[in-house]
Amino acid sequence: MKPVATLAVLGSLAATLAAVSAPAAAQDAGKEKCYGVALKGQNDCAAGPGTTCAGTSKMDYQGNSWKLVPKGTCVSIKTPHGMGALMPIKS
Amino acid sequence: MPALHADERFARALLAPDGAPPPGLTAAGGDAVARRFAIHRNTVGVTLSEALAVAFPVVRQLVGDDFFAAAARAFVTAAPPTSPVLADYGAGFADFLARFPPAAELPYLPDVARLERLMVESYHSTDAPAETRAGLAGLSPQEAAPLTLARHPAARWLCSPWPVVTLWRMNAGHLPLTPLSHWAGESALVTRPELDVMLTALPVGGDQLLSVLETPLSLAALSEAMEPVGGLAGALPPLLDAGAVRRASTPQGEQR
Amino acid sequence: MSQVSMMPQRGGAARAPALPPGPGVGFKPQHFADIIAAPQPLAFFEVHAENYMGEGGRPHAQLARLRRDHALSIHGVGLALGGSGPLDGAHLARLARLCERYEPESFSEHLAWAGHGGMFLNDLLPLPYTPERLATVAAHVEQAQEALKRPILIENPATYLTFAESSIPEGEFLAELTRRTGCGLLLDVNNLFVSAINHGLDPDRMLAALPLDRVGEIHLAGHVPAASPGTAPLLVDAHGSHVSAPVWALFARVLRRTGPVATLIEWDNDVPDWPTLRAEAERAGAHLLQARKAA
Repeated sequence: MKPVATLAVLGSLAATLAAVSAPAAAQDAGKEKCYGVALKGQNDCAAGPGTTCAGTSKMDYQGNSWKLVPKGTCVSIKTPHGMGALMPIKS
Repeated sequence: MPALHADERFARALLAPDGAPPPGLTAAGGDAVARRFAIHRNTVGVTLSEALAVAFPVVRQLVGDDFFAAAARAFVTAAPPTSPVLADYGAGFADFLARFPPAAELPYLPDVARLERLMVESYHSTDAPAETRAGLAGLSPQEAAPLTLARHPAARWLCSPWPVVTLWRMNAGHLPLTPLSHWAGESALVTRPELDVMLTALPVGGDQLLSVLETPLSLAALSEAMEPVGGLAGALPPLLDAGAVRRASTPQGEQR
Repeated sequence: MSQVSMMPQRGGAARAPALPPGPGVGFKPQHFADIIAAPQPLAFFEVHAENYMGEGGRPHAQLARLRRDHALSIHGVGLALGGSGPLDGAHLARLARLCERYEPESFSEHLAWAGHGGMFLNDLLPLPYTPERLATVAAHVEQAQEALKRPILIENPATYLTFAESSIPEGEFLAELTRRTGCGLLLDVNNLFVSAINHGLDPDRMLAALPLDRVGEIHLAGHVPAASPGTAPLLVDAHGSHVSAPVWALFARVLRRTGPVATLIEWDNDVPDWPTLRAEAERAGAHLLQARKAA
């Protein structure tokens, strides 16, 4: 770490400090506290939920996982342009 | 039979979706051992899938509950936890999804999972006060030069070729769900200045600045280091606003 | 065979290294606001150690706040004391740090294991009750007590299966474990009942075999009958409902033998709202009050 900053550095620091001192831009639309309020602990000491189905709920997904189709909100990001729109549009 | 092998056989049988329970077990009243072993098998599968569902809520939203449950159980079988700290479980889930054939039509999914993983890391990180604009405003360049900054311990970022920030916000209910007509990549900044994790867009140059701040650096040195990539004045203020920076030392004793 | 002494608390505080003999509940983050909004008629809270392994953030902020006003029990669910393999040293070190950070009145773990060879399967798995395993588990308990610098409580498990090679009844196994290591017993009355039904045994006879003079805490929880078809009754320790009537009755019989003991309501699945959970704990509290009068 240099003991003395050069004049050029002090000059650009002045610009930085001016930017810091300016009021924050009103870009805070996405700055909402967004996560973590509901995050629960993950370690419990009970038999897992669904235990009433024990013996009947089989983990038989492996043989047919190719049949799986995502059925969430992924549809919302499809565009009128069809499947091609799943790729980024090249500018 | 050596006890060591018995435990191992028991554990492997739990992860196998079908198959017989390990030998040496008994059940009262002539009940089937398999019926009772199934309780443990179910608990392993359900609780570990549930741990992933807690950590990846937006991935789950994107693919739906059934798909998520199947993907999670496939991951559990392929990569069971190696630590009792389940908050750490899922570090490899994004890479798993990238190789999971049924998820191939959602190429952005692994990056959304990476983003959610960073949020969990941020949530549990060390507490530290975040540096603020107010903490720096009003200082002279000479006063500010020796002040040392570092990345805030809860700050993480992700540069993605996919619009991960918008996808996350839409599916977490922060933006209305609308079709995305253009697919610009987005870079995400995850911070936790206090207790709540925040997601913001990473400012231009923010990734370079945070990389440099992995090692605490004086503002003077930082300014010099950022000069070739557009300087400090653009990236620092929004990083301060998000709480991505902490002060690693005070100027007292160094300046006067 | 070493008896771990009751170490004085750091700072010389007069806090006794035992939970007060009143009702408590397992802390759930969704109840935090309700809990701190008013004084609670509870003697203690219990948390699962593994949910507090991060460095900071909301989990620790909430736990530190709770700790200010309440006695605390830290309950481990991942140390696998009952396993045949060595303990996870890194995990034991994390638990020791957590105990240093919060100085809980009690630390407890299970007579169970959870995986093998570095794998953690997040279940409380049963073990064969043999002299060899008893020696292994006793060594594990001693190692844990050394690392945590305190005597710990070991919880009797809810089991569904037994091992052909088992040669020691569970109560005797636990009694010998407490005798060899100086550890206490966390008596889970629901587990006792579930295991008794599942193995066609009499819960009161099982109870009589346990080291009841070593009980440092009691757990109560709900169970459900397994839905799968079988030829014998099968109860599952699901922690997702009210404590059942026969478990309340067994709890009352336990208290006649132990006197009032710190008693926890465990409700981990389908977690109810705070008033419901608190009411369940107050019901336990009423039993404890009666036990105090009888004593």
